[in-house]
Amino acid sequence: MSEIITTPPVSSTGRTLRTEEMILNMGPQHPATHGVLRLELVVDGEIVVDVIPHIGYLHRCFEKHCEHMTNYQQVIPYTDRMDYVASMTNEFGFVVAAERLLKIQVPERVDYIRVIMAEFQRIASHLIAIGTYGIDIGAFTPFLYCFRDREKILDLFEMTCGARLLYNYMWVGGLSHDVPPDFIPKAKEFCTYFKPNIKELNDLLTYNEIFVKRTANVGVLPADVAINYGCSGPMLRGSGVDWDLRRDDPYSVYHKFDWDVCVGKGEMGTVGDCWDRHIVRAREMEQSVRIIEQALEQIPEGDVHAAIPKRIRPNPGEVYARIESPRGELGYYIVSDGSATPYRIKARSPAFSNLSVINEISKGAMIADMVAIAGSIDIVLGEVDR
Amino acid sequence: MVKMKMNPVREYFSGVYLGLKTAFIGMKVTFSHLFTPAVTIQYPTQKMKLPERARNRLYVNMDDCIGCDQCSMACPVDCITIETIKSTPEDNLGVTSTGQKKRLHVPVFDIDIAKCCYCGLCVPPCPTECIKMTDVYEFAEFDRHNLIYSFATMTPAEIETARVKAKKMEEEAAAKKAAAAKAAAEAKIAAAAKAATAPQVQQSAPVQAPPPNPASPPNDSQQKPE
Amino acid sequence: MEQFLISLLGDNIWVHIIMGALPLVFILPYALVTIYLEMKIAAHMQDRLAYMRTGWHGTLQPFADILKLLQKEDTIPTAADKILFILAPYIVFTGTYAAFAVLPFSKAYVGSDLNIGLFYIVAISSLVVVGLLMAGWASNNKWSLFGALRSAAQIVSYEIPSAFAILAVIMITGTMSLNGISDFQSSGIQNWLIFGGPFPMGKKLLLFPFMLIMFVIYYISSMAEVNRTPFDIPEAESELVQGYNTEFSGMKFAMFYLAEYANLFVVSAIVTVLFFGGWASPFGTFMSGPGWDAFWFITKGMFFVCVNIWLRWTLPRLRVDQLMYVSWKVLTPFALFCVLAIGLIVVW
Repeated sequence: MSEIITTPPVSSTGRTLRTEEMILNMGPQHPATHGVLRLELVVDGEIVVDVIPHIGYLHRCFEKHCEHMTNYQQVIPYTDRMDYVASMTNEFGFVVAAERLLKIQVPERVDYIRVIMAEFQRIASHLIAIGTYGIDIGAFTPFLYCFRDREKILDLFEMTCGARLLYNYMWVGGLSHDVPPDFIPKAKEFCTYFKPNIKELNDLLTYNEIFVKRTANVGVLPADVAINYGCSGPMLRGSGVDWDLRRDDPYSVYHKFDWDVCVGKGEMGTVGDCWDRHIVRAREMEQSVRIIEQALEQIPEGDVHAAIPKRIRPNPGEVYARIESPRGELGYYIVSDGSATPYRIKARSPAFSNLSVINEISKGAMIADMVAIAGSIDIVLGEVDR
Repeated sequence: MVKMKMNPVREYFSGVYLGLKTAFIGMKVTFSHLFTPAVTIQYPTQKMKLPERARNRLYVNMDDCIGCDQCSMACPVDCITIETIKSTPEDNLGVTSTGQKKRLHVPVFDIDIAKCCYCGLCVPPCPTECIKMTDVYEFAEFDRHNLIYSFATMTPAEIETARVKAKKMEEEAAAKKAAAAKAAAEAKIAAAAKAATAPQVQQSAPVQAPPPNPASPPNDSQQKPE
Repeated sequence: MEQFLISLLGDNIWVHIIMGALPLVFILPYALVTIYLEMKIAAHMQDRLAYMRTGWHGTLQPFADILKLLQKEDTIPTAADKILFILAPYIVFTGTYAAFAVLPFSKAYVGSDLNIGLFYIVAISSLVVVGLLMAGWASNNKWSLFGALRSAAQIVSYEIPSAFAILAVIMITGTMSLNGISDFQSSGIQNWLIFGGPFPMGKKLLLFPFMLIMFVIYYISSMAEVNRTPFDIPEAESELVQGYNTEFSGMKFAMFYLAEYANLFVVSAIVTVLFFGGWASPFGTFMSGPGWDAFWFITKGMFFVCVNIWLRWTLPRLRVDQLMYVSWKVLTPFALFCVLAIGLIVVW
């Protein structure tokens, strides 16, 4: 601050007042950065001139760790810890990649359970995204409502695999446990419980005029910019691009269900603004409930351990598999040298690509908008830094 | 032109109206929650019932442990340290509850629970189901070292005797082998005898390769030298 | 009350000190109760329980909080402007406390029954801005500075619509004394200014919609003046960390906290006086008298404090420019229009 004070203001002689840009460090310890992200803001008063995101505070060498594991199974707990609010989908991506490398066909029941879990995880993750976004905008109450419902999902997960956050549930070729007998009724119960809550959440937050005014026309991300930066997930769909890997590059059993891809339409402002990204998440939760309800009806019987290989030793080769995580395209690129240890694993994390666009969309915004924009990207630093 | 002029006015009034209306809708929502029962519980006094499969603190039933090192190998964070001593034929270590004969003394079975990531990967490989995740989740400690749990039940004296015995047995075996080798050496080269003694290193550094295991399942061969 | 004290103690300085200190006797328990209420209301709106441990349902928690704040180390940042930094919280509190001087808790007790009471309140509450600016500047912290500048802009802007609302009431009652305004609305709920005041039926019906709008305008701007959600941008915790009180700790922070809650009561009390009859009982002469007056005044005040809390935990926060938009483009024109209309009705 001292650097701006040192220049004496001059005015009476007719000279224009000299102003300077100020550098403001938002983060790494800041309530709105959702973790240890540091945004270096160059501000002109309240107007943001430039944003430089600094990442890496949570780097844990995921990729190097994987190369030092003794087998593929041991990688899964590490994938859990990338995007720690959506661990199920992280595992899902990895097992899909590993199964493609091993050319394993998993039993249908496994696929169904995986889809159910992934969609539950999507709801849980979007609930966090929406809840924390509410806090960013200043509404605290929706956050607690979101967490209340998320806890119910975590209860279902805990019942199934014993953990609430880092599941290690999906294994290469199968699952660690079959779902317990009372899982399906409880999941159905949750779906009926949850649907009115989405409406309530929308009443309280999404359609609140203050919220709309804070998010509409803010941080507009045009479709071409989104594609150029490799954005994916709600970030891309919020910009009006109809692209969802669950439909466009089907994996598992998603093709068996009837559901819609939600796309931002610019209802409250411009296509691709923060509100669009928010509403895409809110509507995706409804679609996820639809998928879950269908999957719970159709789920076949079977042995979830049937296809688990005794030893995982893929032939030399490489594979890239991608899935639609709550944040976008989560891809794993695995190179095998024929040994039991992966030779190289590269994770393509959606949050990293989504975050990279922040500079592009937040120039000229205000500091308060900066918070709205950063929140609407829905980053998880564990995944950005890996 | 008229439309252009109308729109801002309408927008202005609809903005004011919506602002008040949505504020009232929001107030209605929060008010309706004011008298609903809380979903939270008073944690230390009230506790949530954990499901059967809850994965928390590890527990090892040493009576059943055969020292096979499977759990240690499955662990992605290397938090389990196991050392074993070969038993002599006259030692009767008993059988596990699954009916397997125990062949190894286990003087060291340490789990560094601070490192543990509760992934549960150590549980399924155990041939005797002696390592499991319990529902105990309150085990904070003031000192980090207290988080290294030693499950081994052998007293230092027992360990010493077992070690001496194993050494003796080894020496005997080595002597026997050496004698046999000597006999063979007349026909063969001495290198064969040297190779026979090589794998018998017993008390090496803790984390390093434990002795080859009689009951080892096939994927044991996957273990890397590290 | 003053007369009573004078008759008791004689006309000396102690009478005035006691008269001056009486609001403090009110503020401290009030702040404790309000902190407790705020936490409980917020928690129950969010399906939580809030404090449950200290005392029955955590009733002693506010005391524990105060004790904690008292014990805390009072840090002053090295780069801070020490004098301003130390002075700021007290100026903020003084500004708030000074407003209590004219609040008519009861017909019998007004600290100082000024004939320009409302004007005095409008003037003295601006002192808070100075304190906040000092706090923000002296902290030598970018976030604090942002908070302070925002708060100055906000409070100055919102004084205009609130002054218009006050003006409307003055036009009707013809007095600026808060006691006088309350007196004007006494003898029954139908005489409250929100329902058109003690006028014939036709005039009341004409006045009612405008008074309602004025009430909304005043209530919104009063929320902005006390920096509470949806107008809490000076301390917007998700943007500016804690705004102007980022660097404050211990008792200094407690002073800001106390000032915020005291200010909350001041504006709620003014709403009560302006539109809801002040200390006047809603049942005319029934349940009225010096004690009952105080009861009604505090109850009404607390009701609006609770509504404020309710709003705080419901609404998101506005952005700086939107805040200005609301003040200058929505509240001020509406207030101007209502002042005009009310003026015409009163003259007619």
